[in-house]
Order: sequence, then C-alpha cells, then structure tokens
Amino acid sequence: MEKAALLETITALIPNAKVIEEGVDRPAIELPPAHLPEAAKLLHDTDDFAFDMLCAHTAIDRIDDGKFELIYQLYSTKFHHYLMLSVKVDREHPVVPSVSSVWRIAQWHEREVYDLFGVLYDNHPDLRRLFLEDDWQGHPLRKDYRDDFMLTME
Amino acid sequence: MGIEQTAPAPGDSNSNFLLTTLDDVVSWARKNSLWPLTFGTSCCAIEMMMATGASRHDISRFGAEVVRATPRQADLLIVAGTIVKRMAPVLRRLYEQMAEPRYVIATGSCTISGGPFIYHSYTTLRGISDVVPVDVFVPGCPPRPEALFYGILTLQKLIQEEETIGKPGYRRKPVTAALPPNMSIDEIKEEMAKLLEQQAIVKDPLKGDSTEFMRGR
Repeated sequence: MEKAALLETITALIPNAKVIEEGVDRPAIELPPAHLPEAAKLLHDTDDFAFDMLCAHTAIDRIDDGKFELIYQLYSTKFHHYLMLSVKVDREHPVVPSVSSVWRIAQWHEREVYDLFGVLYDNHPDLRRLFLEDDWQGHPLRKDYRDDFMLTME
Repeated sequence: MGIEQTAPAPGDSNSNFLLTTLDDVVSWARKNSLWPLTFGTSCCAIEMMMATGASRHDISRFGAEVVRATPRQADLLIVAGTIVKRMAPVLRRLYEQMAEPRYVIATGSCTISGGPFIYHSYTTLRGISDVVPVDVFVPGCPPRPEALFYGILTLQKLIQEEETIGKPGYRRKPVTAALPPNMSIDEIKEEMAKLLEQQAIVKDPLKGDSTEFMRGR
C-alpha cells in the first residue's frame, strides 16, 4: 500500500493514532500507551495491513521531556510495507502493555528494553533481565545512570 | 637464527658443523611456530582476519598462520576487540587453558585503554592488563595488518632474546617503542595534553552543554 493510503486507512481504523510527519523516512504513527494492545491486534489481523512481523523494538530516553519513547518497527511479509509505531510513556512510571501476545518475538525485545531501560511490560510472561547479571542494580541505558565503575566527565 | 659459530674443518667440505645452545634452538622453534587462537570480539578481529586469512597479507611468512579453534592447541592469544565485564572471565579462562609458554598480543585501543568507551560506559574494561598479562600492545583503531605483523615480529624478538628453558615465560616488559631524537617522554605527554585541551570537545548528555574534554586531568 502507498504511504498516504496506508496512513489514511490506519487513522480511519484507529482514531487515537497520530501521524508523525517530521524526522521519519517511513509511515509512522504515535499511540497513547493504553491503546497499544488493541491497535497492535488490529494492525496484525486486518487483511489490508497484515503487519505480521515485528522487526525491532527499542526505546529512547527522552530525559528532557521526562518520557521514554518506545519504537516498534513493523513489516508486512505479504505487502512488503513498513510502519513505525511510537509510544511515549512517563519516565517515573514506565508501564506499558506487552505486545508479546500479538508478536511472540516481542518477548525477547521487551526483556532487552526492560534490562537496559527499566520499562515494565504488563502481561509479559517472563520479564527478566536478558543481558546483564541478575543482581545488577539499575538500568544502564538511562541517561541519568551512574555507577562506581563508570568514568564520567564531572 | 641463534647460530653462534660456523667453523668448517680445514680441508674437508663434508664435515661442517654448527655450535649453538639448546636455549637458542628451542626459542627459535617457538618463535617461528606461534599458533594463534581464534579469538575476536569486534572490529579488530576483521583486521586480524585480513592478516591471517587473506592472501595479500600473508601471516604464514612468520609461521603464525595455524589458527587454532581451541586454546589447548594454541600458544598465542591475539586479543582483538573490546572486552566487556562479562567477557573478562571467559578471556581469563581461555588464557589459562592455553599450554605454556603462552603469549598475548593486545591489538587496538579498546584492549589498551578502553578506547572510545572510556567515558560513560557501564561495562567496557579500560584495558585488559588486569585480566591477562600482555606481552605486546599494538595500537590502532583498528591497527592495520602491517601493525599486527610488527607486533608479532616484536614478540618473536622477545621470545628469542629473553626466554630460556631455565626461565620459561620470562619476558622483558613493557615494550616501549624508540623515542624520536631530541625528545623526552614528558615533552610528548605535555604536547598531547595541550592538543587535547585545544581540540577535543565532547558533549555531556546530562549537562547538555559542551564540556571540554580532559581539562584539569
């Protein structure tokens, strides 16, 4: 589907979706966290989109805005089109619904983001650290993370 | 080659003989059959593969082309790449599994000092000297294959000159390159610090403004 037509169909189907215009090179929408599960299910199941693959899920620490921006890169193996999904959550209470029931690979991605950013995923079947030791304190990719090992500029 | 004396017997060309010491022969054999371990953790490993695998830079000229996949059969550990906290115990175990005498070449900035990950890294080791004893450091990011060869030749020189059967594993450390004429190490340090203060500016993510790198250090 063409970019404009795709975005139009998505916004018609998911009224809470906001189209992102700037700084993106592919169709991109922003969603409130509460609407993430139903939107994910729609994007996956609707035959017009068929976003059956979650290529990547990562997070950005927007410390100046007090938000974590969660990025979901979706791809359709049927139509060969992409979609970027952006969800912003509060930095103090970073709880979002898990999309692992829609795309099972999200279990791994969400564990990684939990490990490095400390974002908590609701309804995740097994939310443990992925890369770091189990007794690691804190989440090192947060911009305000400091520990004794780290050398800093101050 | 360790040949100290060649003395043909007078009038008989068939009875030539060589005199040398056992130490020299053993060191000569060791230095010309270094078997490296297949070990690489990042981009330096690509350059090492260029040196060991590609035809252009033929590492077998120095007898070090038999790259082994197990530490039991290797005696040269080329640490090529960044070592992080979780990799350090594995590196140490690999080193301890190697048969003695064993040698270590550390290539690249990361293995020397942490390289670009010195600041704001929660996991990168700032140099591997604490984990394994290093014989030769090869600077570069990553070093060219020629630099790695220079490191191997330096190691060969160390093995030939310093190591004996009575003192296995003994090498003179650390290896320092020759200084340019009319210059002391303190002058070089001073000049480098001045250059850093003038040029290197990095952004501190917390403050949001530009903080001058290395000032006051």
